[in-house]
Amino acid sequence: MDHSHISEQFNTDLDTVKTQVLAMGGLVETQLRDACEVLAHGKDSLAESVLETEILVNKMEIEIDELCTQVIARRQPTASDLRLVTGTIKTITDLERIGDESEKIARLGMENIRLEHPANRYPEVRHLGNQVRVMLHDALDAYARMDADAAFKVLQEDAQVDEEYEAILRQLITLMMEDPRAIRRALNTMWAVRAMERIGDHAKNICEYIIYYVKGKDVRHSSLEQTQDALE
Amino acid sequence: MSPKATLDIPAETAAIPEGENIKIEVRDLNLFYSEKQALHDVNMDVPEKKVTAFIGPSGCGKSTLLRCFNRMNDLVDGVRMEGSICLSGQDIFAPAVDVAELRRQVGMVFQKPNPFPKSIYENVAYGLRLQGLNKRHILDERVEWALKSAAIWDEVKDRLDDNAMGLSGGQQQRLVIARAIAIKPEVLLLDEPASALDPISTLKIEELIYELKSDYTILIVTHNMQQAARVSDYTAFMYMGDLVEFGSTDRLFTNPKEKQTEDYITGRYG
Repeated sequence: MDHSHISEQFNTDLDTVKTQVLAMGGLVETQLRDACEVLAHGKDSLAESVLETEILVNKMEIEIDELCTQVIARRQPTASDLRLVTGTIKTITDLERIGDESEKIARLGMENIRLEHPANRYPEVRHLGNQVRVMLHDALDAYARMDADAAFKVLQEDAQVDEEYEAILRQLITLMMEDPRAIRRALNTMWAVRAMERIGDHAKNICEYIIYYVKGKDVRHSSLEQTQDALE
Repeated sequence: MSPKATLDIPAETAAIPEGENIKIEVRDLNLFYSEKQALHDVNMDVPEKKVTAFIGPSGCGKSTLLRCFNRMNDLVDGVRMEGSICLSGQDIFAPAVDVAELRRQVGMVFQKPNPFPKSIYENVAYGLRLQGLNKRHILDERVEWALKSAAIWDEVKDRLDDNAMGLSGGQQQRLVIARAIAIKPEVLLLDEPASALDPISTLKIEELIYELKSDYTILIVTHNMQQAARVSDYTAFMYMGDLVEFGSTDRLFTNPKEKQTEDYITGRYG
């Protein structure tokens, strides 16, 4: 893991896979940022860009999948190389889903912009949006450095996202009871925060693949304590 | 003895699932070719009726170790051994051991197919005749059984009297395996059995190994790591005469514990 293969071409193949994943991650980060702006700040001009980026993200998912398939066919990777390739195939699926969820957030944001009453932008949504953006950023950073400890920190962040999500749901329910005119908007917002919470879960998944790559231990469906034990 | 895999390497590195019966126990095995030490303190337990693969770079000692199991190294001048190897609990180096009987129990197949320049039938019957079996109908039965077990019966049943040298390389290797199993050994040692064969013949040999493991304990030395990954239940990685890591093939090829193993199987600079 810390030194090169005898086959230079194999090094190049794996480096290309990693670089492409990070490029795809960059696109998805932009998508999420813009989608949050549409929802939380009503910036409808950004919605178009979210939808356009989605096409690129989908294309990259297929390309990276193909690259990984070629590495398996040509190189028959083993051990950490095999874990990198299988982890990457799963990572890009999660990245693509984050793209889908971002698109959903942008669409719901656009719908809210079209609704006139009330004009409240829900500051809590901005906060949750920032939290999941940080999670995604940190997950991609951990992937770039293949850092299991950094990945574990992201797993810890997910609990806060879940808490925030629950709190926003309660607020939205209260809002709907107090002001029936807000029901449509609140429902849209509810779907959007649900999408944000799912993005947190996808970022968490990516971090679990990173831990699998680095430590060779599958920590999916494990508690934080069990995961911590696996890291020691 | 306990079914723990090795004595000198960490339990996690060497773990063999509980419940495996142990066929061969190697303890503190050192082997010297004159002054040069070729094996260093090898400790391992080989599970019964499983395929155990030995991998490692050229000169790492894997073939030397394999040849210890039927005392083929006795035939090499200047070889000195320390330690013990027990087959079914019996020390194979004990003075009372009949080496010919040991080699009947522990058959061996080499890299290059080595049929005798005799008929296909006589190749398989040869070992049986040496054992004193001469009745034609018993020989016929055993030859057919061995050729069927070695998955070559359908290809040779109509020309059993043809010279074995006329068979293809892959057929010759399966014939040699038939010859080895005809005398019903308990253990089969395969030293690079498919390295001189084309991909189709290789797959047939691998399929045969899979079939045979229900009746035999199989130890295979191979340079082809994918082959080790495909055919074996357990894999031992050797390097410069040391048994570096030994464990289930599933684990060793996805998550080796030792850096040397990782470097070797992923093709990195050591």
